[in-house]
Amino acid sequence: MSTAVIWNAIGQVGLTLVVIAVIVAVLEVGLYLLLVKTLKTKHAIPIMLVAPAALGLAVLIVWPLIWELRISFTNMSLKNFKDPQFVGFANYIAVFTEPVLKLTTFWQLLAQTIIWTVINVTCHVGFGMALALLLHRKMRGKGIYRALIILPWAIPQIIALLVWRTEFSFEYGSVNQMLGFFGISPIPWLSDPFWNFAAMIFVNVWLGIPFMMVLILGGLQSISPEFYEAAEIDGASSRQSFRAITMPLLRPVLTPAIILGTVWTFNNINVPFFMNPNELETSDILVTAVFRQAFQYNRYGDAAAFAFIIFLILLAFTVFYIQKTGSLKGAYE
Amino acid sequence: MSNAFQSPAGAARVVKKNRRGNIFMGGREDKPLKRLVIHLALVVAAIIAFFPIMRVFSVALRPSNSILSTDLSPIPAGATFSAFEHVLTETDLPLWLFNSLVITIGTSIVGLIIAATGAYAFSRFKFPGRGVGLTLLLATQLIPAAMLLVPLYILAVNFHLANSYVGMVIGLSVTSVPFSIWILKGYYDTVPIELEEAARIDGCSQLSAFYRVLLPLSTPALAIVFLFNFLAAWNDYFLARILLSKDTMWTWTLGLSRFQAQFQTQWNDLAASSIIIAVPVVLLFLYSSKWLVSGVTAGGVKG
Repeated sequence: MSTAVIWNAIGQVGLTLVVIAVIVAVLEVGLYLLLVKTLKTKHAIPIMLVAPAALGLAVLIVWPLIWELRISFTNMSLKNFKDPQFVGFANYIAVFTEPVLKLTTFWQLLAQTIIWTVINVTCHVGFGMALALLLHRKMRGKGIYRALIILPWAIPQIIALLVWRTEFSFEYGSVNQMLGFFGISPIPWLSDPFWNFAAMIFVNVWLGIPFMMVLILGGLQSISPEFYEAAEIDGASSRQSFRAITMPLLRPVLTPAIILGTVWTFNNINVPFFMNPNELETSDILVTAVFRQAFQYNRYGDAAAFAFIIFLILLAFTVFYIQKTGSLKGAYE
Repeated sequence: MSNAFQSPAGAARVVKKNRRGNIFMGGREDKPLKRLVIHLALVVAAIIAFFPIMRVFSVALRPSNSILSTDLSPIPAGATFSAFEHVLTETDLPLWLFNSLVITIGTSIVGLIIAATGAYAFSRFKFPGRGVGLTLLLATQLIPAAMLLVPLYILAVNFHLANSYVGMVIGLSVTSVPFSIWILKGYYDTVPIELEEAARIDGCSQLSAFYRVLLPLSTPALAIVFLFNFLAAWNDYFLARILLSKDTMWTWTLGLSRFQAQFQTQWNDLAASSIIIAVPVVLLFLYSSKWLVSGVTAGGVKG
């Protein structure tokens, strides 16, 4: 850490900004000449506005996807990185017929991922809803409760995970010590397959509740109190008004939150990766298995085919859910 | 859902309106016993949320001769700030923080500019490929992160961008663009187009109506996107792990995770570093959490 380091960094980032500006300028001038002067189209402005984003996404997302698709039909690995051979659909078939890592099969990983996702999203929404309902009232200390409960979301995730990993350690972690007070013998949280999976889920539930709680709290605040007053006059119990007023009016907030939450949990690589220091395959979910296959076993071809299958599973889920709930309709108008 | 929820000012208005009280808001209606139970439940939730944080503070204060104590008290015997001093002066933590900060600020600015203009086109124009474009932007959110890492590494090596700030800034800012565009488009949609039309009648060009009328009105959404990009870049681990192999280029996420692997038992150093990294971010987050949430829903929910 010295002034030379600082100047170098500022120079590099400044240069990046200049290079990006030049690329965008060239792109825009080219598009202007093409669309306005040559084609004379009325869609020139929106296309020119989208162009920088489209170029960036084409280079950094579309091209990598096409590359992955090509690689998924070859036997590329660290050994034959330079000259991989075409193997047809062999990798795709192997995902379903051979162990994906050393021992676990695709089906086991899929089952683990589904258990992981279902328990997590259910707990996030359930506890988030419960806490939001508790906080949505006049009471003393509301602000303090809210600030404390929101903390797991606010802490940088990697830090939260490293801290929980030490708290779950067998000998010195506070979790086992507290269990000791109740006369429960220490649990091998980080080395036993079942307990490691349980610890992973616990930590992710802990991390995910605040987001849902704040979201639902916002939704509750947008419901007009007149509805409840009218229901009260009609003699509705608070359970009835919850089911007839709160739930339907929360749906526009809950539906996208559940879709997003499911996708994020399904694709969550941080928690299963960091909470599993012994690399137990029983604690892997699909996305961490892809990461290990690619970067620890260097089986790039296999990993690419595997990743596409995961992507298709998520795509099917999302399309099904969006069609069924009819959310996002307004966004296309 | 009303538009009120989509802007922070609207949310605040709704809160104020609710102060009159109803079944859920009226403290008067709760019986003392019920109130006690509610407070009890919230206290338990707050303790569970806060517990690991309290532990980090107490571990960071431990003197180096009792790092592995099984003491559970919040302030350990012989508490000392020596771990803070040690990580700031004798480890590379300041350098990692600096690297993270450079990458994060670059990413937030580049990502915001690209998304702000792109979202404008999606919100205000009908053009061929608009619907397909929006769907594809949404579909990028489904891509498993690990899927893009190998090709991104190959790209970085080919363009000589491995181990550079530039590669990290470009990689992180572009991957955050789809989410940013959805949030900004949702917010632009709530701003009446008549305002821009009025500006155009007064002689503004289309683009100057965009940055003189729409952009200033969208400041809350722009702040949200800036913050989202900021947090995503600040907390990134996997792209850094692939692109940054030289330890002078490490971000704090790499440094801290190697730190732990290397000194498995130096818990007080790890805890002290965590506090130094987390405190500014947590304060920023608590300050802006209300807007963060309205931003998430504005992207997906309409009318």
